[in-house]
Amino acid sequence: MSEAGLHQPFAKSTLPQEPLTDRPSRRGDRLPPMPHEWIDRDRIIDFTFEGTHFWGYAGDTISSALWASGQRILGRSFKYHRPRGILSFANHDINALMQAGEKLNLRADTTPLEPGMTLAAVNTIEGVHNDRASLLNAFSPFLPVGFYYKAFHHKRLFPFWERLIRRISGLGQLVPTTPRIRTAKRYDFCDVLVIGAGVSGLSAALAAAAAGADVALVDENAQAGGSGSYQLGGELALAETTHQLVQQVMHHPRIRLFTQTVAAGYYTDHWVPLVDRDHLTKMRAKAVIIASGAYEQPAVFRNNDLPGVLLASAAQRLIYRYAVKPMHRAVVLVANTDGYRAAMDLLTQGISIQAVVELRSDPIANPWIAQLRSHHVPIYSGYCIYEAKTNPAKDGVCSAVICPIDARGIPQTGFSQAIACDGILMSVGWAPTANLLYQAGAKLRFEPSLQQFVPDTLPPGIFACGRVNGVYEFAEKIHDGQNVGVTAFEYLNNPLPSNSCPLSRLPSFTPPPLHPAPFIPHPKGKNFVDFDEDLQYKDFIHAAQEGFDNIELLKRYTTVGMGPSQGKHSNMNALQILAQITGKSPGEVGTTTARPFFHPVLLSHLAGRSFTPKRQTPLHSRHGALGAKFMLAGQWQRPEYYARSHSSRIDCIQREAIAVRQRVGMIDVGTLGKLEIRGPQAAEFLERVYTGRYANLKGGMSRYALMLDETGVVIDDGVIARLGLDHFYFTTTTSGAAQIHRELTRWNTIWQLDCGIVNLTGARSAINLAGPHARHVLAQLTDCDLSSAAFPYLAVREAIVAQIPVLLLRVGFVGEWGYEIHVAAESTPALWDALMVAGAAHDITPFGVEAQRLLRLEKGHLIVGQDTDGLTTPREAGLAWAVKSDKPFFIGQRSLEILAKQPIQQKLVGFRLDPAFQATPPQECHLVIEQDEIVGRVTSVAYSPTLKQFIGLAYVAPEMATPNHRFNIRLSNGEIVTAIVTSTPFYDPDNQRQKETIAHPSQVAA
Amino acid sequence: MPLRLLKFAFSREYPETRMFRQPDRLQSSYDAVIIGGGGHGLAAAYYLARDYGMTHVAVLEKGYLGGGNTGRNTTIIRSNYLTPEGVKFYNESMRLWQDLSQDFDLNLFYSNRGHFTLAHTDAAVRTMRWRAEVNKHYGIASELVDPETIQKACPLMDLTCAGHAPVLGALYHAPGSIARHDAVAWGYGRGADRRGVEIHQQTEVLGITVRSGKVTGVETNRGSISTSRVLCAVAGFTPRILRLVGLRSPLYIHPLQAMVSEPMKPWLDPIIVSGSLHVYVSQTARGELVMGASLDPYELHATRSTLEFAEGLAAHMLDLFPCLSHVKVVRQWAGIADMTPDFAPIMGKTPISGFYLDAGWGTWGFKATPVSGKTMAYTIAHDRPHPLIESFALSRFANYELVGEKGAASVGH
Repeated sequence: MSEAGLHQPFAKSTLPQEPLTDRPSRRGDRLPPMPHEWIDRDRIIDFTFEGTHFWGYAGDTISSALWASGQRILGRSFKYHRPRGILSFANHDINALMQAGEKLNLRADTTPLEPGMTLAAVNTIEGVHNDRASLLNAFSPFLPVGFYYKAFHHKRLFPFWERLIRRISGLGQLVPTTPRIRTAKRYDFCDVLVIGAGVSGLSAALAAAAAGADVALVDENAQAGGSGSYQLGGELALAETTHQLVQQVMHHPRIRLFTQTVAAGYYTDHWVPLVDRDHLTKMRAKAVIIASGAYEQPAVFRNNDLPGVLLASAAQRLIYRYAVKPMHRAVVLVANTDGYRAAMDLLTQGISIQAVVELRSDPIANPWIAQLRSHHVPIYSGYCIYEAKTNPAKDGVCSAVICPIDARGIPQTGFSQAIACDGILMSVGWAPTANLLYQAGAKLRFEPSLQQFVPDTLPPGIFACGRVNGVYEFAEKIHDGQNVGVTAFEYLNNPLPSNSCPLSRLPSFTPPPLHPAPFIPHPKGKNFVDFDEDLQYKDFIHAAQEGFDNIELLKRYTTVGMGPSQGKHSNMNALQILAQITGKSPGEVGTTTARPFFHPVLLSHLAGRSFTPKRQTPLHSRHGALGAKFMLAGQWQRPEYYARSHSSRIDCIQREAIAVRQRVGMIDVGTLGKLEIRGPQAAEFLERVYTGRYANLKGGMSRYALMLDETGVVIDDGVIARLGLDHFYFTTTTSGAAQIHRELTRWNTIWQLDCGIVNLTGARSAINLAGPHARHVLAQLTDCDLSSAAFPYLAVREAIVAQIPVLLLRVGFVGEWGYEIHVAAESTPALWDALMVAGAAHDITPFGVEAQRLLRLEKGHLIVGQDTDGLTTPREAGLAWAVKSDKPFFIGQRSLEILAKQPIQQKLVGFRLDPAFQATPPQECHLVIEQDEIVGRVTSVAYSPTLKQFIGLAYVAPEMATPNHRFNIRLSNGEIVTAIVTSTPFYDPDNQRQKETIAHPSQVAA
Repeated sequence: MPLRLLKFAFSREYPETRMFRQPDRLQSSYDAVIIGGGGHGLAAAYYLARDYGMTHVAVLEKGYLGGGNTGRNTTIIRSNYLTPEGVKFYNESMRLWQDLSQDFDLNLFYSNRGHFTLAHTDAAVRTMRWRAEVNKHYGIASELVDPETIQKACPLMDLTCAGHAPVLGALYHAPGSIARHDAVAWGYGRGADRRGVEIHQQTEVLGITVRSGKVTGVETNRGSISTSRVLCAVAGFTPRILRLVGLRSPLYIHPLQAMVSEPMKPWLDPIIVSGSLHVYVSQTARGELVMGASLDPYELHATRSTLEFAEGLAAHMLDLFPCLSHVKVVRQWAGIADMTPDFAPIMGKTPISGFYLDAGWGTWGFKATPVSGKTMAYTIAHDRPHPLIESFALSRFANYELVGEKGAASVGH
């Protein structure tokens, strides 16, 4: 096009020349007040950066305040430690991450300035100005793409290299004293969630709200308006229109505007976490409009990372939001219409433009070209910036070397010239901010006329408008937003199975906003594609040469897009470079997967207040008052034992156990799973899920219950009591309660038997009263006939105890005469107190879990999960007696039938150590060793004060499972202890004490 | 600066060639076809070529090399399993890992960090002691350690876990390591390719022909292949491949998710695993924390991410490490895990002659990459299961010969 014709070289000499060494005064970089600027000039904020005092205004970000003060180096790059300044100024300036006390990796470009901030750039050695690690920059020729795969792996030397690498890697510094921060999470709901409050998002929100929808509008920026407030081409009227849209939104009763809030991801069913500075809000929407805009993409030329080389939109944001002069003398690299707008925005603010460098040889006519020319701005069409040169202070750019570029994209360096400047703007293209669209399951296609991926099909309830939808021009964005807002509202009332009309028509302008190949090769490289990871143009060429010529492999090998910005300024260029290398279209190359999070989210926000359920029985305070030491049993807190002054833990446990054996004790067993089943097929159901027989269980009686999984492995046990023909009450293990209830519910969903299961675990509690005096204690509190004849072993009675309705089960896990007293949770403390009073004369002793474990071990009773494991069958565990194989069906039956034909691998046996044993005893899970092979393990072991010896349970090889067989247990230290197989129960082998044969307590010597 | 990097600065041309060729078409027949171009499939191809001279082999990958669970796992390598079968198998894998970088001439960043499995309950302490004793029996460095030892190795850990689940001890496994997962696939891929194996990416298997109980060929989206030997090494996709040959397995597929933090200066040396808190975490050489948790609680053949996962894992991370409050999570992702009822793999021959299975890798596949490749190569070459994998046969489920590794799963799944 003639209008933009090749610049005449002599024009350059007409430009005002200023010496390059004079630094702008610190205040001089602030522009006169902008309409609707974001800073409050009445509030000065003092802070320090790298030990130097700075100031800014309230509303500034760290970067805007530093830039306004003339500070150009804001950080150092990850790999080569090159000085870096502002690039995007849009929450992906990963090279300007700050440490502020215990806060690490703060993004300077978006973090609001706070009074007294003490800031330092992350990842430097001795500061950002003289970072000693910048030595790595000199070594960069030795550090090709993936260099760490190519060296350092000599086996002997690797640990040395690794230590070195770990010393220099990483960004911010974790502060060990940082406290655990728990923030509350919020839940919210809306009809339409609009993500992005730029021109299209504002318009969409207004249209949807006008139609009647309850709208939530979120934007990560401090204020709404998006590019409508700063991408003006000098036309302040556009900003005014945008401002009015914002005002309408702010005053609309059905729109809630959330600024400084990031929509951090999209999850199934329109579930979107909104993250602000203090909270995570989980928003459930009925429809989601994604108006997230586009990221500006850098041009790739040598030293495009120098401080002062900015994306054009970054400069525009600096100007209009913060009234900061991005530079004084600019070179503007353009390849689209937006670049001319940016040039005009500079010019309007009195920034001199040394040159506009137009990558395209024949740019499309636009109104700004003439305006620029009228201001004597030279426009070099068909030119590229070949490299940027650093100033003598090495803290910024001092000139742009430009040269013509031919049709193949080869720079004609023979015709190069240097243009002095202190800033370079890059405006060569945009990539859609489609992260959330991808996460929502949208399919995008590459649209060549836009050189952009645009939505092709969208899932139900997902809509897109504005730039992410391929719509770039101001007026068209308003229109697109309005259309989509109305469509989203219509969807609310008529949720169609699919709506796949994302881009109803292509926008009216033809020049694509993205230049397909703004990549200028340079033999010395340092033309960066990914600023997070310091990846240069050649790295991609080389990676492809090594076979990583597929976008996913390229990503993994080069690490492009794997830095904290997740490729916001690099993925599109990487894709275009790969398309160039492979000769494919960008559509064929495809994109990598967009995953949450859109921007990184604090662990403390994600964690929230953290819900860790803890369960206490109704007797918790009673236990506490008695000095209980609590232990965790699943989620429950249970007394492990009751501590007594001047007594060791083991003495306390033994004392409790002896009390049960000699007099009476009681234990809180409220944590047992307690289930009730009613219905005509309740018995049938129990017959199917447990191995025993329950159809023939008499009313008022109980029976042991063993549950297997389908492979015949023991998974739970308990007691089943029949309360009526169609009514059973049963228990599970403490740890199994929730899972067993769930499993039973699942089975009955499959079987559809006529019965209902209720989990009473929390509603009811239970106390086990046990010992030779148990009946005597209970008799004082109840009229129930406790005689052997009226209430035999294993019987169940509904009774009133201490005026409290209870269910009495005469069972004996600990091997003494005893009652499991089941009672409504709220009545449990009263019952406990009554038993304590009634038992006082018998020196009733509360006992804890450890004493119970010892007592049951003396009886040889196993604990499922401790004395069984994930493969234990009833036969191995000595529980075959509890399996009624002749039943028509029970879970695990078929497996047991098959297993019955195989020899068993191991068998659970009781064992004892020699009574004279004095050395270190074995512990649970010490191995049984026979001829240097593992043949089993100890599952339980304890010293029995009653039997005056160590006893235990262990798995051994079947041939060893005969009484008096001696076997070897190996301790952790390798010592061998000899154990003797002993039949169980160790204590009261005939089970006389828990049954009728025992004498009445009054006849037992105390 | 290692000398071998000098050539990059002083060569006129970039001195590297393709790691793997890109064959433009499939041949009509191969001696063996390996379905799945992940670590396991490529390792099998590598050892088939290297140890048995079988080079006329095609690896078919429907996506890209190492793009499945090889590139999605949290890279933990250990051998502190519970069953003798498991311990011997994974120990052989650890042995192979030691030399892999040098064998490949590719730095896998095999980094020996030490591995703590925290016990928060007395039941967990018992299981840790069991594992330690079994491990020691087979010569594996593994021991039950007390809270003081843990605190010393990891000073920033809150051993009370915010009071929720105090750490009572840990199983310490000194050889526990991490490695750069993608590079493992590349190393095996390059090694196999250089020996003549063809790697075909973007090649999807659509059918497998079986005649008279024998494999005769494979149908793909790029044409048919005749072959008498097929190895299926496709992890979460195994049920779909098995359907093609009419075999059943007890596999159930659950998503397994993970997430990664922003890089920070290294502070966490060992690998930390907590079964009760459902957390495992290590810090990479780049300074990122790679974090994982238990399987998603329901079956699903998809790799979507969930917010619940990130929330739960974050809460437990803060329980363990309060000082991470200001650390940010960059990304979450997921793989699909092929779980077996006994948490041991399914390897070896199948009822179909010439159809070999390397599956059931659930959440423990990455660490087994070398040994699975080596033993499957043996199995294919000899048409006889390698002694180390005899007990992992598909037939064990029908025969009630399970290998109970559930107790050694890193977190309760």
